Amino acid sequence: MAAITAFDEMFGAGGAYGGTAGPLFGGGSGKAQPRGISAAYRSIETWLEHSPPELMAARRRQAELFFRRIGITFAVYGDPDAAERLIPFDIVPRILARAEWDQLEKGLKQRVAALNAFLADVYGKREILRAGIMPEELVLQNPGYCLHMAGKKPPGGIWTHIAGIDLVRTGPDEFYVLEDNARTPSGVSYMLENREVMLKLVPELFNSLKVAPVETYPEALLETLASVSPRAGRNGGAPVCVLLTPGRHNSAFYEHSFLADKLGIELVEGSDLFVRDDIVYMRTTEGPERVDVIYRRLDDAFIDPLVFNPDSMLGVAGLMAAYAQGNVTLANAVGTGVADDKAIYSYMPDIVRFYMGEEPLLNNVPTWRCREPEALGYVLDHLAELVVKEVDGSGGYGMLIGPHAPQATLAAFAAKLKAHPEKFIAQPTLALSTCPTATDAGIAPRHVDLRPFVLTGTNGVHIVPGGLTRVAMTPGSLVVNSSQGGGTKDTWVVDE
Amino acid sequence: MLSRTASNLYWMGRYLERADFTARLIEATQRLAALPSSYGGAGNAWESALSATWMTRRYAERGLPLDEAAVCEFLTLDPANPSSIRSCLDTARANARTVRTALTEEGWEAINTAWLEVSRYGAHLEGREAVGPLLEIVKHAISAFEGAAQRTMLRGDAFWFVNLGSAIERADNSARLLDVKYHLLLPRGESVGGSLDYFQWTTILRTVSAMTAYRWVYRDSVKPWLVADLLILNRQIPRSLASCYEEILRHLDLLASHTGKRGTAHRLAAAGHARLSQNNIDGIFTSGLHEFLTRFITENNKLGEAIAEQYLF
Repeated sequence: MAAITAFDEMFGAGGAYGGTAGPLFGGGSGKAQPRGISAAYRSIETWLEHSPPELMAARRRQAELFFRRIGITFAVYGDPDAAERLIPFDIVPRILARAEWDQLEKGLKQRVAALNAFLADVYGKREILRAGIMPEELVLQNPGYCLHMAGKKPPGGIWTHIAGIDLVRTGPDEFYVLEDNARTPSGVSYMLENREVMLKLVPELFNSLKVAPVETYPEALLETLASVSPRAGRNGGAPVCVLLTPGRHNSAFYEHSFLADKLGIELVEGSDLFVRDDIVYMRTTEGPERVDVIYRRLDDAFIDPLVFNPDSMLGVAGLMAAYAQGNVTLANAVGTGVADDKAIYSYMPDIVRFYMGEEPLLNNVPTWRCREPEALGYVLDHLAELVVKEVDGSGGYGMLIGPHAPQATLAAFAAKLKAHPEKFIAQPTLALSTCPTATDAGIAPRHVDLRPFVLTGTNGVHIVPGGLTRVAMTPGSLVVNSSQGGGTKDTWVVDE
Repeated sequence: MLSRTASNLYWMGRYLERADFTARLIEATQRLAALPSSYGGAGNAWESALSATWMTRRYAERGLPLDEAAVCEFLTLDPANPSSIRSCLDTARANARTVRTALTEEGWEAINTAWLEVSRYGAHLEGREAVGPLLEIVKHAISAFEGAAQRTMLRGDAFWFVNLGSAIERADNSARLLDVKYHLLLPRGESVGGSLDYFQWTTILRTVSAMTAYRWVYRDSVKPWLVADLLILNRQIPRSLASCYEEILRHLDLLASHTGKRGTAHRLAAAGHARLSQNNIDGIFTSGLHEFLTRFITENNKLGEAIAEQYLF
């Protein structure tokens, strides 16, 4: 396996970890760090130095106990033994300086505004296609493009109300967007619960650092949802919002129930809703109650058996008709999946320029679209250096990490690429930044990414500072997805 | 409130109550079975325990022996017995998990903790010593849940549906327990001294945690008709039928004041309550204790169905 030299967020390039199983930074080497420690991490360093291994171990046990007791678990598909597994939680927080965050925030707002404009356009006038920015068939024949939505305009013209933008860092000022999640991004419950656990575990750290709070997220989400209600302001009453879940067997069920609870809205399953005269009602003990906004955590394909997958037991018959009549708002809108497509992703810099008239503030990872013959040729020649992803993949499934793959896997993947080049894109293997992480062998660097959550309503754009930091718990691994054994960290945006 | 949520809460209440009843039944039966036969220690103590849970037939179908180890395992850990403590906790937790939003964090934690602890027990009981701690976990968890609910839940429909479920289940359990031993409770004149049945009666009292209460209420030696009077008509005993019906009526009234609607469930509950408050134990004995209890169980089931129908479960 090729070693990757990564930027460490605490120590800079060439991290000064002890290496051996020493308590924290190993023997004497900790004293004379060549590059010093980034300002934001200084308090963390002091804290780690004053935490003997036994104390760290006790804190880790305590954190695990806490998560298990409140039942924060997730299911891994196809793994019956792990039906209820805890996502590993790392108790060393990941720090972002306020100035770094401010830059990111601007970039995120720009990017999500562009995504919304793009979605409104491809389901509306299709100006970007007429301008020849990207091939028509890439959008219109995309599996994520929903023909039923062509010509539709959701309330406020907002398509992706809740977006999760995955960022990675490769240097002091180098952030890249790895992918956009405009469908139903998950993980925000971990962002919120991680903070709660940290407040209980290490209150002393919050005294020495000014950490921006994240607890306003549920309120911001509720306001976002209410802002796009079709009945907002019409009869003065608060709109009725619900969260639609596929049910308790879904891997993210905990998050669904957690959010519904924090928002104070009903957690409904498809069978709790019905449609009469194009109006959506929920079945309550007091009879039918009209529903205005559905925060749906159910994929497009299952949402209405009359329009999409007829076998779906999870959806609501007639929902799309009610939606088309403008009697109910779905968040996110149907058809946003086209923006998650990784081939479309590769056009994001052009998309931002086209709609915003500005240079993109966030970098895109250079991407080879295997649908283009020259690109495919290059990818096949350099497979061992590249990361290859399915254009509509997620969760880290079906991905090839060239430098970490044995020869046989590379050959097999090359065959898949040749057979269906349009299904893949390739990117250089990024050296994701590392953060100090508590492991059984002491503090060690582990690769991380960051998923901030961007809320868009008619009331504006809202991003709580930080987001969910995912960490690859296996040494050297670049895969941070929870379905693949990744863990999480609390993310602190710290005022200097 | 969503009808599905109401249904989940109601059944969660029922399953938790059933787990608690089963735990107490096993404890009381262990005591009874341990007595020498000259004191009435009955060889069929475990058979009676099974019939109090209405599991005799299902148990026979499995071809398991009628001894303590096998019956205990069947009543505690057997996943194939839908009323075993494990199954009850599984169902209660699954329901709680689906309606997490309707429960407080403390309420959920009480159920989840019990479920986690019972999950640690494998498929088999490792000897008699394993039973005690397991039953303690269950009894403790139910108290913890009720305490948490009492202290933290909103006094609203969620709270009322949970309580409604437990009251209906409790009434059902008490009635079945009495019916299994009804022949021992029939008055046979005043000469009860040295009766072999004494320990049978006290077993019933222990199962509903009313041994001490009996003394306080009657200040008398244990007499079978008084045991029946206590468990059927006395409103001070939380597990008596009369007490359960007071609670059922109260929670249905609260629901009605919330929704502004009354229905079949209210009518059935009021009728049940009247039967209990307008009767005395002599009357019940005259018309037949067994008949009375059988009718009660049927009516109680009808009430459960009426609740489901009225609130659109």
